[in-house]
Amino acid sequence: MSTLVERERHLLDFAVASLARRPTKNLGLTLVYALVVFLLGSVMLFGSAVRREAAAILADAPEIVAQNMVMGRHELATGADLDALKGLRGVRRVEPRLWGYLWDSAGAANYTLMVPSPTDGAHAVAAGESIVGEAVARARKLTVGKPFFLVSPTGKFLRTRVKAVLSDASALVSADLVLVDEASFRTFFGLPADRWTDFALTITNPREVSTVSEKASVKLPGYRFVTRADIHRTNEALFSWREGLALALFASSLLAFVILAFDKASGLSAEERREIGILKAIGWETSDVLRMKLWEGVVISLTAFLLGLLAAWVHVSAFSAGLFEPVLKGWSTLYPQFALSPRIDALEIATLALMTVVPYTAATVVPIWKTAVTDPDTVMR
Amino acid sequence: MNAPGFVRPRGSTLFAATVAVLLVGGAGSIGLALLRGAADETRRAEGRATAAALGLTDVALFGEARYTRHPSQADLASAFQDGPAVLDHFPAGSLVRPPHDFGRGSFTTEEPIR
Repeated sequence: MSTLVERERHLLDFAVASLARRPTKNLGLTLVYALVVFLLGSVMLFGSAVRREAAAILADAPEIVAQNMVMGRHELATGADLDALKGLRGVRRVEPRLWGYLWDSAGAANYTLMVPSPTDGAHAVAAGESIVGEAVARARKLTVGKPFFLVSPTGKFLRTRVKAVLSDASALVSADLVLVDEASFRTFFGLPADRWTDFALTITNPREVSTVSEKASVKLPGYRFVTRADIHRTNEALFSWREGLALALFASSLLAFVILAFDKASGLSAEERREIGILKAIGWETSDVLRMKLWEGVVISLTAFLLGLLAAWVHVSAFSAGLFEPVLKGWSTLYPQFALSPRIDALEIATLALMTVVPYTAATVVPIWKTAVTDPDTVMR
Repeated sequence: MNAPGFVRPRGSTLFAATVAVLLVGGAGSIGLALLRGAADETRRAEGRATAAALGLTDVALFGEARYTRHPSQADLASAFQDGPAVLDHFPAGSLVRPPHDFGRGSFTTEEPIR
């Protein structure tokens, strides 16, 4: 047993020495390999951490949101529909909600303007007051007590004084919020008294959500009913691996790396070929040469994989995947500052290893095997 | 030229040391994350309470269009709001998937069965 271990150790010693003879080439390859793992690992860790964070924060999202739809577009909900929903069995409470979007040309950003529920004492705002999200406060340099002015698309002016800034803890979902009182909201957007953005329904028995949703859609066929499960499904689909940009990132970087690895292995230098020839001439078996080359692959793969994974972990947990911010931000100006806590998931790590180590091994092993089985005399010539 | 008395470590030892350093670094990072766990839970509970009180439904990562800001609340045609079959022009559109039950229909050149 110890002889076997010692034999493998000698092969490993030889592999490390062989790699060290071409330091620039192998170090460069290891760094590129680590970069690929870092990139893919960051996307994976970031995606799963955001999904988990969103699921945790949105665990108590409205059980059903009822939206009026006209010609496939969202339409304001009416007072008559509110009464219809209130009379539905199984519905404990119907909360008419007021929220909408505002393009703020001064801050060059989109805000989500919202009226907090009258039952929400923690976020109660009086006329002339506002509560702003973390990113709004940052972008407009707002602090408690400072004046905050908004201009509606029709030119109406809303003067408020910042009552509070929403905490960083909810930044992932509340960064762009501006909370104002109902009267100001209606005047600002020119909304009549019995119109709302949508209704949030609280169901008596949570297990009856789908039944109530079906009954409600029979009563109000023009409405769309979004259940909490739908909301969670949509958030779960965020950054899904099938998505365009992430996938393109994956595919192109992986392809480039495979080409690099294949090129490196198939273009074995004359010196490397001569080395293999000498080894075979002095009595090394083909299997020994292959094992030694396999150890070279293990040294490069394992070092690069661990280095890339560690860097990805630090990138996501310590810097909230800051390198992705410009990509995620797109054209939006406000971007929340939020903490992420990635989790070690054996399946994710195995997937990452499968996506990086397997293509590398496949691209390198065939050319090496071809050289190893060739006659030493031919190889050295 | 090595100094007298210096024994150059074996390649396998160097490799094992490198892997050990990386593993220790990884374990340290995970350990730090675990230590932060309690604070993370408190933060999440606070965020959850705010989101529940305000009835929030979506993450505020992409504020550029209503269907990227509130993907779960956007109507099914909002990605094509500028015209039928208009391609998405917001960068975030490449990250956010259309609603899960969108796109069941298909175009066909065949006559419908009457």
